Amino acid sequence: MEILISILIFIMIIAALISLEIKDLLSSVVSLAAVGLILTLLFLLLQAPDVAIVQFVVEILSLVILIRATIIRDDSVYDRKYDRKSFIYRISALFCVIIFLIFVIISLKNLPPFGTKIYNKLADYYIKNTINDTGAVDIVAAIILNYRAYDTLGEATVLFTAILGAVLVLRKIGRLRNER
Amino acid sequence: MKDKNSGMTLIVKTVTRWTVLLIMLYGFYITFFGHLGPGGGFAGGIIVVLSFIHIILAYGKDFVVKKINENIAGILETTGGLLFLTIAILGLFTGIFFKDFLGKGKVFSIFSAGIILPANIAIMIKVGFGMLSAFLCLILFSSQQEENKKKE
Repeated sequence: MEILISILIFIMIIAALISLEIKDLLSSVVSLAAVGLILTLLFLLLQAPDVAIVQFVVEILSLVILIRATIIRDDSVYDRKYDRKSFIYRISALFCVIIFLIFVIISLKNLPPFGTKIYNKLADYYIKNTINDTGAVDIVAAIILNYRAYDTLGEATVLFTAILGAVLVLRKIGRLRNER
Repeated sequence: MKDKNSGMTLIVKTVTRWTVLLIMLYGFYITFFGHLGPGGGFAGGIIVVLSFIHIILAYGKDFVVKKINENIAGILETTGGLLFLTIAILGLFTGIFFKDFLGKGKVFSIFSAGIILPANIAIMIKVGFGMLSAFLCLILFSSQQEENKKKE
């Protein structure tokens, strides 16, 4: 299991690098889709079907929108220019990655080994008492809509604001007024 | 491709006619069984919207825009959000915010688990029609741009 997950993560990193570096925009979108679909597989292997369903469905929706957007636009091939500043950018990026890796190593040392049960009072409470408290069989649904419904309300507000912004930017009337 | 807005070929249209209701039904299933298995309002809403997008891509945008435009989608999205807030405030009358006022019911049946089922339905309406209004705006704006180019 651990080896399979490692292989999948390795493929995911390669697909992400391809989608960053390739020049054709449509190929970039397709390899980005590969990243998302492998992430769905990883969620399934780690026994989180709720998250896997949401990840899969959102991935398909964003893929449809992105492919439609790249097909409509004509300039699918763009040239990336390397000037002198890019050297400084690369050095600073390398520096940031090294700092990030140091903190990752420190935090990964404190994690328990893969597959062992983490003794958490809250998780034990949810597993034992969810059916008695809420009557729901799916613990995840009980947490996001009953125990932690405030979080879901905030999430709905965030989504509402995001779509409001998108509609305001894309609406027709403002564009027409600008053209006049 | 003769006209971009008239949709795809006859084969795609026929397959769409057969499958689109099944996709929508699966979205409703995911929503209504959110408290009995994996799934919920978020995933169910997006699956319902994917069936709408399926129609838009196969039949062209004119077929859908006649029946549902971005104003109706926006109104439905707001309705879903307000429905979720109403469920929260109804709990306030019986005690505290988001209190479970419907009772637990029989475990493993559809009408159980109190406010989880109505909250799932509200989130399905909200997320689904929100995404649909964003998608409709993208399509309508791009077609508007093409028309302006033709006029010039």
